[in-house]
Amino acid sequence: MAIEKVEYWRWTESNWKNPDIPDWHGSLITAGVDIGSTSTQAVILADGVPYAYSNMRTGSNSPDSAISAINWAMKDTGLTLEDITYTIGTGYGRVNVPFSNKTVTEITCHAKGANYIYGPTVRTILDMGGQDCKAIHCDEKGTVTSFMMNDKCAAGTGRGMEVIANLLAVSVEDIGELSFKVDEEPAPVSSTCVIFAKSEATKLMRSGWTKEKVLAAYCHAMALRVVRLLERNGMELDFAITGGIAKNVGVTRRIENIMGIKALTPTMDTQIAGALGAALIAKELVEKKRAKEG
Amino acid sequence: MIANYGYEDGSGHYYIKIDTSKCAECTAKGCISACPEKLFATELDDFDDEVVLIKEDARNTLQTNCARCKANGEKEPCRQACESDAISFSW
Repeated sequence: MAIEKVEYWRWTESNWKNPDIPDWHGSLITAGVDIGSTSTQAVILADGVPYAYSNMRTGSNSPDSAISAINWAMKDTGLTLEDITYTIGTGYGRVNVPFSNKTVTEITCHAKGANYIYGPTVRTILDMGGQDCKAIHCDEKGTVTSFMMNDKCAAGTGRGMEVIANLLAVSVEDIGELSFKVDEEPAPVSSTCVIFAKSEATKLMRSGWTKEKVLAAYCHAMALRVVRLLERNGMELDFAITGGIAKNVGVTRRIENIMGIKALTPTMDTQIAGALGAALIAKELVEKKRAKEG
Repeated sequence: MIANYGYEDGSGHYYIKIDTSKCAECTAKGCISACPEKLFATELDDFDDEVVLIKEDARNTLQTNCARCKANGEKEPCRQACESDAISFSW
């Protein structure tokens, strides 16, 4: 009998095209490609307005992931790579975007993207990525004033969440809601090391804890870990969360509760913040160059 | 920009803070040669200023890398060499 193998960690890949721009007749197309350790996004802007994007898993070959992401974003737009005036690569694999004109660090791009998604009042950004988390401060233009990151361990990252999803056989996208189905908030599991957290979760399951209770303990631990990072870098309102974990209410609500503040509500997919920022910076660079040339 | 390079683990938090707006104006960049572990390097930042950073492969081992300088109990050689007072330690 064949045993069905379910990949609980697998999150939904997506692409989007702006329904308000059926056909592009503008003057400037720019793109940003964010190759992260776990996910890759491509964002296309038409005259600075989001036109299309894609969000997919980073494969074993980063250049291929970049090409797949931009092709998927362009799918229903009628655009080709030749139509894109300027492309910026960002993220962990930014040097692996074969068609990019420039690379910019993901910290700079996330701040710029968050400024667009959440508006100019955002001052503190928590980017919770696949294998690291970053606390970033920025000004009203989305320019970074300080940052602090922690990529020492996968605890407190998307990858850590995927490990727990597989362990408990729960879809990674359901973890947030399930983690609130507990009578009272349990003590957090280890937040220092994802391996310790995993073995602690296994032990708790064996001792009779429900999946929901273990998930609550894990989300609680993850929230505590990033709160320490936020406190160390300093908290200045308004506060916003980007990255894949921003979609996990089990973590975001706990961060809000621990810090006693409310994060801004996103108007777009939080996972595209880096690629969006890269595309916005690309637009600024082209406009500066055009202004110089008269 | 204030850049914090380092990490937190079970034993503590180990961050080197660099004020890159100060080191962009510094021509000497004495920290690079002063560090016995060669942890510092320069790069052009996103605004094309030449700034100092901690090399990527050293960012998660600072507690070990800086142990010798820390053990002296004196101001670390990188901070002594930094004319702009742009470097500080979290531990």
